[in-house]
Amino acid sequence: MAHVVGPEPARPIRRLLVANRGEIARRIFRACRELGISTAAVYADDDAAAPFVAEADVAVALAGRSAAETYLDAAKLIAAAARAGADAIHPGYGFLSENADFARGVIEAGLTWIGPAPETIAKMGDKLAAKALMASAGVPTLAAAKVSSERQARQAARAIGYPVLIKAAAGGGGRGMRLVETEKDLRAALASARREAGAAFGDDTVFLERWVGAARHLEIQILGDRHGNLVHLFERECSIQRRHQKLIEESPSSALDEKTRAAMCAAALTAAKSLSYVSAGTVEFLLAEGEFWFLEVNARLQVEHPVTEAVTGADIVIEQIRIAQGEPLSFAQADLKSRGWAIEARVCAEDPERDFLPAPGKVLAWRASRAAPARFDSGVETGTLVSSEFDAMVAKVIAHAASRREAAALLARALETTRIQGLTTNRDFLVACLRSPQFLAGDTTTDFIDRAAIPRRRVFEREALVQSAIAAAMEAQARRRARARVLASMPTGWRNTPMPLEGVAYDAAGEEVALGYRAQRDGSFQFVVDGQARRVVVHCAGHGEADFAIDGLRATFLVDPAGEQWLVHGPAGDVELAERPRYPVAAGAELTGGLKAPMPGVIRAVAVKAGERVSRGQLLVVLEAMKMEHRILAPHDGVVDEVGVTVGEQVGNGQRLLSLSIAQAQAAE
Amino acid sequence: MPRLQSNLDTRSEDYARNRADMLQMLEEMNALLEEAARGGGEEAHRRLAARGKMPLRQRIAHALDRDSPFLEISPLAAWRSDYQVGSGFVLGVGVIEGIECVTLGHDPSVMAGAFNPFNGKKLMRGLEIARVNRLPYVQFVESAGADLRGGGGDGDPEAALRRDTGHFAESGRLFYEITELSKLRIPTISVVFGASTAGGAYQPGMSDYNILIRGQSQIALGGPPLVKMATGEDADVESLAGAEMHATVSGLGDYLAEDEMDAIAKCREVMAHLNWKKLGPEPSGRFAEPAYDPEELLGLVPRDLKAPFDIREAIARIVDDSYFEEFKPLYGPTLVCGWTSVCGYPVGILANNGALFSESSEKAAQFIQLANLSDTPLVFLHNITGYIVGSDFEQRGITKNGSKMINAVSNSTVPHVSMILGASYGAGNYGMSGRAFGPRFTFIWPTAKIAVMGPRQMAGVMSIVGRAAAARRGIPFDEAADAKRAANVEFWAEERSKGLFATSRVSDDGMVDPRDSRAVLAMALSAAHSNQVRGAKEFGTWRM
Repeated sequence: MAHVVGPEPARPIRRLLVANRGEIARRIFRACRELGISTAAVYADDDAAAPFVAEADVAVALAGRSAAETYLDAAKLIAAAARAGADAIHPGYGFLSENADFARGVIEAGLTWIGPAPETIAKMGDKLAAKALMASAGVPTLAAAKVSSERQARQAARAIGYPVLIKAAAGGGGRGMRLVETEKDLRAALASARREAGAAFGDDTVFLERWVGAARHLEIQILGDRHGNLVHLFERECSIQRRHQKLIEESPSSALDEKTRAAMCAAALTAAKSLSYVSAGTVEFLLAEGEFWFLEVNARLQVEHPVTEAVTGADIVIEQIRIAQGEPLSFAQADLKSRGWAIEARVCAEDPERDFLPAPGKVLAWRASRAAPARFDSGVETGTLVSSEFDAMVAKVIAHAASRREAAALLARALETTRIQGLTTNRDFLVACLRSPQFLAGDTTTDFIDRAAIPRRRVFEREALVQSAIAAAMEAQARRRARARVLASMPTGWRNTPMPLEGVAYDAAGEEVALGYRAQRDGSFQFVVDGQARRVVVHCAGHGEADFAIDGLRATFLVDPAGEQWLVHGPAGDVELAERPRYPVAAGAELTGGLKAPMPGVIRAVAVKAGERVSRGQLLVVLEAMKMEHRILAPHDGVVDEVGVTVGEQVGNGQRLLSLSIAQAQAAE
Repeated sequence: MPRLQSNLDTRSEDYARNRADMLQMLEEMNALLEEAARGGGEEAHRRLAARGKMPLRQRIAHALDRDSPFLEISPLAAWRSDYQVGSGFVLGVGVIEGIECVTLGHDPSVMAGAFNPFNGKKLMRGLEIARVNRLPYVQFVESAGADLRGGGGDGDPEAALRRDTGHFAESGRLFYEITELSKLRIPTISVVFGASTAGGAYQPGMSDYNILIRGQSQIALGGPPLVKMATGEDADVESLAGAEMHATVSGLGDYLAEDEMDAIAKCREVMAHLNWKKLGPEPSGRFAEPAYDPEELLGLVPRDLKAPFDIREAIARIVDDSYFEEFKPLYGPTLVCGWTSVCGYPVGILANNGALFSESSEKAAQFIQLANLSDTPLVFLHNITGYIVGSDFEQRGITKNGSKMINAVSNSTVPHVSMILGASYGAGNYGMSGRAFGPRFTFIWPTAKIAVMGPRQMAGVMSIVGRAAAARRGIPFDEAADAKRAANVEFWAEERSKGLFATSRVSDDGMVDPRDSRAVLAMALSAAHSNQVRGAKEFGTWRM
């Protein structure tokens, strides 16, 4: 390399270690594969079976469960790079991606750092200092104040005016961010924001910022190389957020006219220039009523970078790697055009009905949509654990089309036809957002979710549940026939005389679906459901895929059992059914006359009193007989009606010890 | 493997007529099956449901493995009798927890599950099926006991007495056979759904496992009325016979269930722990369906059985891949013998293509011996008017050679399954392993006719004998009376020879739709393979 500027010498990368996990690790590995670079993963205990680990050429265990013990432990990560023989580290986003000390450590260890210079990170890491720097460069900013005590915060908040936003000085991603409406909420919000910031970034410094309601979140993607080239890749709008975290992002923004767009891009380049920015970064702005203010610079790759890639055709990660190797950008500003519209949705393991609380669990079935062409940046496959230790994001889905309306329709369809079962996700909510009139009208301010009243849960048509139930029943019968120990070659459910229908019942989406069915001589099935006869012709079932026609309408359903559950994925998307037990557990009744002594003996202990509520298996009486202690346990939950014996009493064989009746509450159930 | 070549003309008039006739007979059969399945009717079922009880078919359906096959035996018992068609009793071979077993029971919706001669015969047949095939025996017990109304309904009670050879002194064999199963290491399970008193108490009494239902099962040698009559005790039924008493005090009950579904679940749990293994060889898993459509069996057999048909056309639509390796095809051609398989079970088939002659009888005797040498089960497809008669044939030893065939059939120990497609007359029925010759199972098509001889022949024989007697005594022969009597004899002989009549008397295991022949044979063969499949080493003396 003839002329190299920048903080580190350039050299070709042979093996790149991603100091991150999940979808972004896979995303970066994909770029490496395209560049002929070997890959190395690191992983926490819960990620041992994650797809990104399997996909890497080599992987190093970080031996630990929490983020602090693993992906936030700079020393472990640098040691892992040495162990893996890696010569470069990409930090992804989050974790240590904006940690200047880590970046410095990586460089000092003789490794190539894929990202902006540590000095840039440090400058932008302090959000308040960054704002001051930008203000001095002539970029508009919002009023803000650093606070270290509650008293200071109260004063600053009054000066700025409520509502105010508390933000972490050391990081983004909504971590440590709290909206405070009135002064009485300030104290608690401050404390929790500090806690969260400390946990996420290892630094609990927070600052207050003016809150702009009904605003939009805009950001400009920038890329700079070590040859002094600096470009912007247009804007992204990321206004739709919940819990201050982005949910749906798009490019371009429906809120920008050409003039504002040009002004905002220019401001971003000004900001970047003032930093001599190298690598990928994002300059974030708040936009309201045609006015915009600088928020912060994210000195890293952003989660939502794929929408920019879709409209510009650039590969931002590949550019990052090239830049780190000392190569110039592959394009100049004039080469960059924004074409069509791209929208990204973040599928997260969270419960929209419970205020988007994370809902970790295991992905029992995953399959990217085959019905709608979309980009899937997924961190999971079937069987992947979504750990409570880390971010709840499971996958990003990106649709690119000629217009915003088409992109929204495409993305909604792609989400709807993606199979993700076994854990609660926001998928149905995302689909509803993308199809809402407010979204389609471009009415997407940061309070969209509070305002738009999008249904948090999907309401199924009865027919969709019935079809799914039939799919589960047919898959189950095919599996049973295939497993049959005897008479496996006989036609399913064969009868030579009229017998009652085969029956099975499911609970699905809060409804009961009870099916009766009987195989017919021609191989079809007659179903009776909701008092209606349906003819079902099964073309194939028993291997996780049930292909059948109901009254002439044919479709294929993916069907997998998971305990008592059936995970069904058909034309209506994912439906989960809980199969009711064939033999309901019969309520145990009171033994008339109560519990009796199993043999003659002496009462050594009476553990309960009359009127006491006991649960099944609970110790009631200890009887000593034949030199052994016999423990009389409650055979079922209930209430002790009467205790007929006392300690020390000699009892005869079969003598009643006490009587136990079923608890009233249970009997009423 | 040689595959049979079909010559059946499915566009012929005969085919169309046979098919139409068969469909009409099937319609009649299915209507009767529906009637039998209704049991005591909707009202009776409602009354049961109000007490948390299910009709018997429902109990059985809930006990069977989901989607597993169930072969009901003698579903049309008691047709044309004083009793409900089906006899208020269900008997079948089904699968519970992966184990083929005999399942049977009285239907509480029909006369409270009372015994009658027909369901008594079905019960004994169920025990026999369990014993000879070594199938676990599951009985759903609930019976009001013997039908104490005696005689024959509102007819002449003495008339029945004059013909009936039965007497109480011969009763009780069923209890002997239940405990005999246990001795033979064939598990016996009683699920007691209701009253099981007097003799009925020994049904659970003799069983290996008893499952009782709280507040519902009642078992006692004498119910309260009999106790009152015998000892004067005013017994309360729960302490005399109740499930809880038997589960906690007498020890007659092994499991105490809370309700019928719980009892059925417990029955399945018992089956699951039996550690049961079939003793016969597994079927080959690799076989093809018949190359010809079994649907075409409907047009094969003429209703009046007068026109002959090639029995190979039936074989081609029943056996695996329609393959049939024929034995001695050029010798004794009126009996078709050959090797094939049904759903992976190797079998030898003996099938009639005309009357039995000396050659065909000897061929049968040899074929049966060969099957016994190779432990191969035998399937008999009947359409037999009998052994040929006439002096020429007698001189050439037809009785002697027919006896060889009957000797071979009688002493053969590989499983036999008989299926009567058309005629099964006289000694032909014996030679083809008729019911009395102990086949594991016997099924009939709606076209079946079973009798000592053809009805017309029977009428004619009686007429000739009558004429000869008149001549001997020198009295004039009343032609008009003879014609009337002959018509009468022929009519009733015809009625009694009909398959429906035979099956109603439990003299076979049931009438089946011809299209089900393959499935029925597969179930029968699979059941037979629960026991050892071992050919005979010795036979009776061969008359040379």
